[in-house]
Amino acid sequence: MTTGIRMMRDIFIEELYGRMHKDERIFFLSADFGSPKLDQLRWKFKNRFVNVGIAEQNLINVATGLAIEGFTVYAYAIAPFLSMRAYEQIRINLAMFSQLKEINVNLVGVGAGLSYDVSGPTHHCLEDISIIRTLPNMIVFSPSDEELARSFVDYSIKIRKPKYIRFDSKKLPVIYKKSDNIQIENGFSQLRRGKKICLISTGVMTHKAIKVAKKLDKCGIDIGIIDLFLLGDFDKTRLVDAVKKYKCVITLEEAFINKGGLDSFILSILDENHLKINLHRIGFKDKYVFDIGSREYLHRLKEIDEDSIVGLIKNIKSESL
Amino acid sequence: MNNKINFLQEKAKWLRKETLKIHKVSADTRLASSLSVVEIFTVLYYGNIINYKTEEPDWSGRDRFIISKGHGAISLYPVLADLGFFDHDELKKVCKEGSFLGSIPDPIIPGFETVNGSLGHGLGVACGVAIALKLKKRKEKVFVLIGDGEMNEGSIWEAIMFAGQHKLDNLILIVDSNKICMLGYCKNILDLEPIQEKLKVFKWNAKSVNGHNVSQLLDALSSLRDYRGKKPVALIANTIKGKGVSMLENDPLNHVKSLKKEDIDAVIIDLP
Repeated sequence: MTTGIRMMRDIFIEELYGRMHKDERIFFLSADFGSPKLDQLRWKFKNRFVNVGIAEQNLINVATGLAIEGFTVYAYAIAPFLSMRAYEQIRINLAMFSQLKEINVNLVGVGAGLSYDVSGPTHHCLEDISIIRTLPNMIVFSPSDEELARSFVDYSIKIRKPKYIRFDSKKLPVIYKKSDNIQIENGFSQLRRGKKICLISTGVMTHKAIKVAKKLDKCGIDIGIIDLFLLGDFDKTRLVDAVKKYKCVITLEEAFINKGGLDSFILSILDENHLKINLHRIGFKDKYVFDIGSREYLHRLKEIDEDSIVGLIKNIKSESL
Repeated sequence: MNNKINFLQEKAKWLRKETLKIHKVSADTRLASSLSVVEIFTVLYYGNIINYKTEEPDWSGRDRFIISKGHGAISLYPVLADLGFFDHDELKKVCKEGSFLGSIPDPIIPGFETVNGSLGHGLGVACGVAIALKLKKRKEKVFVLIGDGEMNEGSIWEAIMFAGQHKLDNLILIVDSNKICMLGYCKNILDLEPIQEKLKVFKWNAKSVNGHNVSQLLDALSSLRDYRGKKPVALIANTIKGKGVSMLENDPLNHVKSLKKEDIDAVIIDLP
């Protein structure tokens, strides 16, 4: 496994830049947030790039206006501000309005989870999956690597619905190859098949899941890994097929647990399909993180680091399976 | 010209009466807020200011009219029915089961562009529409109606700054300045005056008129429609909340005041 040399957002923007040459209906808005790759886009497409300023509410509203006139819109900002500062704009002008009219606005948020670790809790984004998922008609995309980010560009143009994309702001290792031909609409990818226990993770935590699985291999515990990257109304048949053989499923998210996020998404799928599988949730307990330090340090502090997860799985294994 | 003004005055009288009839159908409608805008709707639709096609509400050549103060727009229902956007009989079903006409209009009604009800959204959406039309080299205009109280919302000022910065001269903002919020006079809550000067410093071209004088409205809206000055334009229509109904006029708490069903016929007879 190699570490990506660029961030997901740069890969995504670079791919989109290519599409903007061919597709004149693509418009890019930013709330005064940049990236090295954005510079070429905004210089090349002066007519189809607008920096709305530090004004997330207006970002969403302007995006809506462009979208109802037929544009495919990308609205780019720091994830917690994009998803929470302008929540009612998202609710009314994207979620609600898109039920009546085609609105293809792609909210591109950077800084999922603890990406901005040392910036503190205003910049942490631990609520976005659950609060955006609560809105009807919205699709949440939570990718774990750059190939997924690249693949999502096609999907974002093709699926004419509002979407919320949460990119990590750190460079993450590469998981997928282009030849893997990931189908975004499947919503997930099974990275490993295990025996009794399966980790279902999203975003950055999929990398942790991979490390945990390797450590457990050495102890003779063979776990499965599912990288879940889409949270929304998609066909769950394949996901159910992948999960049903397990005795225990553990959700792993860099987000608050018991709040309607990945854990709740999986729980309702298990429930709707009458799957009698134990569910354990790993993520942040019901407290904001004011502690200062690297992401790894914060994970250790909040017991969602590799060793804590390995320990938890060993306990589950010995107690109940 | 006088004929046209007379015609518009008669239409405004008719519309005030029709609005009261709707309020008789449903007391849940916001009457006072809908009465201050009667002349504005009249001039926009009967004064040949707005382009539309009733048989094709989504016609790409239409001017976009975004009604951000949605609660104060039941007085547009009779206009849209009269013009043929939907059947006149629908007006008897406002707020009834199965009707598409609620107390706050949404785009399930032919002739309405956006989801309304929460204040402060329409102007920003209109900015996006205005940019899109410019990019497509379209000549249609974007009209937006907001209330003065609505200007308390920060998102309105984000949009005001944006429109000025981007010189959206295809955008025409109409402020129904009826001076009253829900709990009293705007000046005692968050004083917005001077609105016109504020807009000017935010790089807008702004005018004020008596919002119940159809002649002034017609002149102002006609000239703003033709304006090519590389600035967004605003018309501050000074209005009276509850205009025409003495029980409502000058009552600072008239926002949520409903008339009794049995009183409405007498109020209609008393209309000026």
